[in-house]
Amino acid sequence: MASAYTPGLKVTGSTRIRKTRRLPIPGEVLVRAGDTVRPDTVVARALLPGNPQTLNLANLLGAQPSDIVDYMLKKQGEAVAAGEPIARSRGFFGLGAREVRSPISGTIELVSTVTGQLTLREPPIPVEIQAYIHGRVVEILEREGVTVETSGALIQGIFGVGGERFGTLRVVVERPTDELDETRIRPEHKGCVVVGGSLVTRGALRKAGEVGVAGIVVGGIVDVDLVEYVGHDIGVAITGQEDVPATLIVTEGFGPMAMAERTFQLLRRLEGREASINGATQIRAGVMRPEVVVSTASAAAAAVSAATAADAGAPGAADPEDEATVLDIGTRVRVIREPFFGRLGVVTALPPELTPIETEARVRVVTVQLRDSGETITIPRANVEILAGE
Amino acid sequence: MAEIEAILATDCGSTTTKAILIEKVQGEYRLVVRGEAPTTVEAPFEDVTVGVRNAVREVEELAGRRILSEDGIRTPRAADGSGVDAYFSTSSAGGGLQMMVAGVVKSMTTESAQRAALGAGAIVMDAISIDDGRKPHEKIQRIRALRPDMILLSGGVDGGTITHVVEMAELLKAAEPRPRLGHTFKLPVIYAGNRDAREHVRRTLGDVVDLRIVDNLRPVLEEERLGPAREEIHNLFMEHVMAQAPGYSKLMAWTAAPIMPTPGAVGLLIETVARERGIHVIGVDIGGATTDVFSVFDGTFNRTVSANLGMSYSMANVLLEAGVANIMRWLPFRIDEAALRNRIRNKMIRPTSIPQTLEDLMIEQAVAREALRLAFEHHKTLAVGLKGVRQQRDLGDVFDYQMSGQTLIDLMKLNLLIGSGGVLSHAPRRVQAALMMIDAFQPEGVTELAVDSIFMMPQLGVLSTVNPEAAAQVFEKDCLIRLGTVVAPAGEPPRGGGPALEASLRLPDGSVRQETLEYGEIRLVPLPVGAAAEAELRPGRGLHLGAGPGATVRTRLEGGVVGIILDARGRRPFGLPTAEAERIRALQRWFTALDLYPERALARLGA
Repeated sequence: MASAYTPGLKVTGSTRIRKTRRLPIPGEVLVRAGDTVRPDTVVARALLPGNPQTLNLANLLGAQPSDIVDYMLKKQGEAVAAGEPIARSRGFFGLGAREVRSPISGTIELVSTVTGQLTLREPPIPVEIQAYIHGRVVEILEREGVTVETSGALIQGIFGVGGERFGTLRVVVERPTDELDETRIRPEHKGCVVVGGSLVTRGALRKAGEVGVAGIVVGGIVDVDLVEYVGHDIGVAITGQEDVPATLIVTEGFGPMAMAERTFQLLRRLEGREASINGATQIRAGVMRPEVVVSTASAAAAAVSAATAADAGAPGAADPEDEATVLDIGTRVRVIREPFFGRLGVVTALPPELTPIETEARVRVVTVQLRDSGETITIPRANVEILAGE
Repeated sequence: MAEIEAILATDCGSTTTKAILIEKVQGEYRLVVRGEAPTTVEAPFEDVTVGVRNAVREVEELAGRRILSEDGIRTPRAADGSGVDAYFSTSSAGGGLQMMVAGVVKSMTTESAQRAALGAGAIVMDAISIDDGRKPHEKIQRIRALRPDMILLSGGVDGGTITHVVEMAELLKAAEPRPRLGHTFKLPVIYAGNRDAREHVRRTLGDVVDLRIVDNLRPVLEEERLGPAREEIHNLFMEHVMAQAPGYSKLMAWTAAPIMPTPGAVGLLIETVARERGIHVIGVDIGGATTDVFSVFDGTFNRTVSANLGMSYSMANVLLEAGVANIMRWLPFRIDEAALRNRIRNKMIRPTSIPQTLEDLMIEQAVAREALRLAFEHHKTLAVGLKGVRQQRDLGDVFDYQMSGQTLIDLMKLNLLIGSGGVLSHAPRRVQAALMMIDAFQPEGVTELAVDSIFMMPQLGVLSTVNPEAAAQVFEKDCLIRLGTVVAPAGEPPRGGGPALEASLRLPDGSVRQETLEYGEIRLVPLPVGAAAEAELRPGRGLHLGAGPGATVRTRLEGGVVGIILDARGRRPFGLPTAEAERIRALQRWFTALDLYPERALARLGA
């Protein structure tokens, strides 16, 4: 296959970012094309049909299902208030008459003479969709939502939990190899997105909850700490709905893992800017990775973005990250599997033939010179990911 | 279709599109070449035919002939040899077929509906019944939250009470279910319940969903008739799911037969093999996200899908469901539990990485054993006789009426176990695939083992609907890799000691090999593919091979790339020690006996 390796995650100081914000059912779009929006701007709204409730009316009245229509005080489609009588049986000469009152306010949707069931519908539930990022509305999807566009920094993590949040970026460690422990999180980080180094500790996760931190971006987390933080084990990598105090974005993987230098330096340059983050991850068809978005549309970020764009090359030039999707001699890579897991290096050879490895499998390999030790290793191509532009 | 000599078939998987070219060579259909390319259902391509064309282009290059035309596949074959006579495809891309089923009684009509959906190749997202323990509002919430491709509603026998099935229809109406794809479409609902309730169901649901009515899948309590419901599921899969998926309307126009859901096609093939050879078969396909198990016992076909048991995306879920101790029990060395957990999670987030070290390979194969075991456990609970009826079993048991609801899976009767999926098909040593399957399924008596070489069962399944001869020939010659045969006595360790298995094997060269195994031993006797041994097998006291305790069995054992595995480690119970040191010693002994891994490396890890 053409691409037998893990494509690198996007880590870029300047790129165009588009977000489609879609309602779960058709509704009303509240903004117009060209409008400037903030992360908390409500861009579309819809009314979800209210929850239905069923009553076994035949049982409650002590009547045959086919007779219940005769006892109804309200008609199908009529509105009722909670506690209002909706049906009454007559009994013998008025004795043993039974009355059924509505348990909720809503409308009578269905009276079934087959089953004797009555369906009541609660009032519609409004749902609102926010813009999530600073930007401009570039497309209206009629009755469905909008597309918001901005340019700015985009950092994708490898795994996350928790949904969309916004907050000021605060880098709370000195080096990407530093642990993010509880001493690093202080009361002034309330509502902020804190950036740590190699590993977020159990204590730091607890402290983040106490302080009211909006999000944590870190290199690694120990599996059992994640289980404790989320409150249950995550079996399938589809996340984003967890009820966690702070959204967590892991950039490298499980266990202590230094944050990639490039990622760390970029986040450092963005220190103090407002970030939109989302932990939602889906590692299957329709891959979705957790992300940090810092838009140039937020006035304060403009200067930083200009600086980072300059770092990345000529302004307006294609993002180097986009080009770096093919392994070549000189490509910077990270090893993503034992026994050199997490080590960084440079590709020195790409032998075309299938080569036996320790497991005795014959696979396509890559030769990498490790950055820290200078040692040259030969490993499966599937076990490296590209780190462009470091 | 008798003139067909060159066939192209593709399977559009969720990550890879695989193409095979089959041709008639000297009167026999054979696989000529294969090609593959990434599937292109998702952005940026959003057109499945891009991936199909890429995979076919690889086939073109290898076969040295043109197959693609400007706007599809060249059919029929031209005088200059370009093109093919027919093109078929299967698909599981875009999440496959996702269904919800509903019935009245959980263990009866709902279970039948579930079997119909699974047999058609669907993933069953939930099964809702009147008696499933959930309150009506909880059921409604659940239906609302799910976004299935379609719903199968059943309930009641023909002429029975209609109240309950109409109640389920009313719940569906209240929930206003919406389809996964296509905001503007009405959700397809197949009604396959009591025919007397059809009119009521139509009145209740007719306006809110796209209602299809087919014959009752449980016309009487004693009979399950899944054919009409399955057929309608396939029709709707083409009309709705496929028509909505990017590029499929184009692909549908290219193919000579309807596109089938991948697992539906695999099931069809396994069913055909079992029927034509008159044997009991289990097939398993272990993928990155899901594991499918298929079985045919006494002519009854069953399929289950364990949607979250797999070797990459779902690996952490295997850890969750099996528990870390159950994975560690297959490792012939000690490992820190936390480190193991981190490793499994790292595979989940980087699913395309592959094991490089032997230690890592053993971990993956340990996880595979547990994923297979759990998927098989799941299968056993659904592959059961009809519940709620007294059922006549096979001819031999004509007077032996048993209460039904018992699993149809009988490991002693099992003739052939077929494995498929990367971890089995690509195991560096074939014997590793054999032992993974033996440990997970624990076949008893005499069982043949095979793996699917390159996962072409889906393509052969769809081919079998139009050209069974070609499908059967390629399956036998090119698809299956015969691993050999396992002989495993079941029962407690022989009382008072003594051998657990004595085997006398007459080999093709006329020589006779005598093997005596103590309880807890496993041994390999090499015997190549195509060769067979005439065997006399005597289980120890208290143990049996299907003919009763201690009774000798005379049979023919087929060879394979692995050979004959004599497995006296016990069944019911399986003799894996629980104490760590003893367990590691046992695994080291077994792995060494089968030459499972490089010997020195294995010893080093266990030290």
